[in-house]
Amino acid sequence: MELCTKTASELIGMLRAGEIDPIDIVDSTFKRINEKEPDVKAFIAVLEESARKRAEELKDADRSLPLYGIPVAVKDNMCMRGAQTTCGSKILTPYEPPYDATVVEKLKAAGAVIVGKTNMDEFAMGSSCEWSAHHPTRNPWDLERAPGGSSGGSAAAVAACECAMSLGSDTGGSIRQPASLCGVVGMKPTYGAVSRYGLVAFASSLDQIGPFARDVRDCAMLLDVICGHDPKDSTSIDREPPDHVAALDAGAAGMTIGMIKDLFGDGVEPGVRERVSAAAEVFEKMGAKIKEIEMPIVKYALPAYYLIAPAEASSNLARYDGVQYGMRENADDIVSMFRKTRRAGFGAEVKRRIMLGTYALSAGYYDAYYLRALKVRTLIVKEFEKAFAECDILMSPTSPATAFKLNEKIDDPLAMYMMDICTIPVNLAGLPGMSIPCGLSDGLPVGLQLIGPTLGEQALLRAARAFEIGSGICGMIPGEKTD
Amino acid sequence: MKLTREEVREVAYLSRIEMTDDELDRMTGQLGAILDYADMLNELDLEGVEPTSHVIPMKNVMREDVVKESCGVEKALMNAPDRFGDFFRVPKVIDEGEGH
Repeated sequence: MELCTKTASELIGMLRAGEIDPIDIVDSTFKRINEKEPDVKAFIAVLEESARKRAEELKDADRSLPLYGIPVAVKDNMCMRGAQTTCGSKILTPYEPPYDATVVEKLKAAGAVIVGKTNMDEFAMGSSCEWSAHHPTRNPWDLERAPGGSSGGSAAAVAACECAMSLGSDTGGSIRQPASLCGVVGMKPTYGAVSRYGLVAFASSLDQIGPFARDVRDCAMLLDVICGHDPKDSTSIDREPPDHVAALDAGAAGMTIGMIKDLFGDGVEPGVRERVSAAAEVFEKMGAKIKEIEMPIVKYALPAYYLIAPAEASSNLARYDGVQYGMRENADDIVSMFRKTRRAGFGAEVKRRIMLGTYALSAGYYDAYYLRALKVRTLIVKEFEKAFAECDILMSPTSPATAFKLNEKIDDPLAMYMMDICTIPVNLAGLPGMSIPCGLSDGLPVGLQLIGPTLGEQALLRAARAFEIGSGICGMIPGEKTD
Repeated sequence: MKLTREEVREVAYLSRIEMTDDELDRMTGQLGAILDYADMLNELDLEGVEPTSHVIPMKNVMREDVVKESCGVEKALMNAPDRFGDFFRVPKVIDEGEGH
């Protein structure tokens, strides 16, 4: 078995026992990247030189570091010194950040080897990675299909074993949905659990960084490294973070898991519904109680999100004006320079969302659209609170469909938005959510979404680990290991 | 409520994005479809419901007013599209007709 296909926890065992050195993993990883990248194209930038240098430095470092020698990929909207951060956009090509994002600093301090910056929909707006200004990424399970998005590159890189784990960001499902489509584990932590310092902002009240991995244990290990309060992010929660790995083996016995009936509706593919229903039976087998929950408000989450997120984005993306960084189109006066730069620098989806947000916030429409959406957000928060009064965690499909074909939805924005119908409510309520593989439908991975109460990551991980044990579905690799 | 091309032209201007007439036409259709979908929110009774802009309690975070190392001029300017000495240089700002 090649080193690149092993999980981080397996690799750490071998490294600590002195059986291998970090450079051995790097060799295996870049061999894999060279094989897979021409097809998968998960990366915007592969950082082989710095990764090799880092692995050499680590040889004599402290092997008890939590991610010692582990190859990790980082989504291209997280700042890292010495590399470009393009956010999948032409407008940030080129842009070399003068500082490291807090999560990148934490990865480095934990002994990780950063192998590259992964592809994404431009400014994290999209559900297929097709809106990247660089190139689309392909799903390792079927190269004709999309990996999901916006963190499609991070999900595909882990699925193709081009790294053991990766970081993504999730504003409306951008970690969970690609995790689902690529058959890997992905978690969006509670809003504020992980510092956003150095994450290029999309919708600041919704954005959250989180881990991808091939199994639940690795997901918990990476979460342990990245979470915690950061004085540089005033929205990060000030508390002593718990030990997530320690919570893994508590089992699902005695848990009450709510099945959100409203997310099993007509829009969900039969194959997905079947796998997720079978997952409920696994939980019962593991001693959990399944309870059907009605949450009629969730269908209003998508329209509310498509007012709130673009409104925040229209303000956040005002900074791309050709003055301080990124590209510029020249013109004789400054407003023409702004308009020409933004015309040339932004892609179609980003323009659509900036304009939608500008409209929703503009005089005369603010009350009808933006304020209304914020009130609906309150109702969503309350309905989740009600559900968590009766349940420990909730479950649903992550995505209503398995991986769709490239180009299938690119001309129909609403059809693309529907791919996030199950994940968006979680962001609006700021809750932790994760997607874990729960089998295949016609050869394509199906994701099970687990949703927890605020700071309920431990309950999610515990249930997810119990599901791996009960179902035997753990560490799937396309073409190599399909359960 | 029906979105017109003239409204979209104004929104494009406010958004500082230059657009051709063809692009404005396409955008009018697409934004209209999304806003029609958002009209679904009108089904809900929101009387007396408070808006939520953030899910966690937000308060001002203060720190001691002490001098710390900052990023520095060179780093701040390293990505400048057009630099003049220690400044970002831009095209002329005043004497600009606000023509759309």
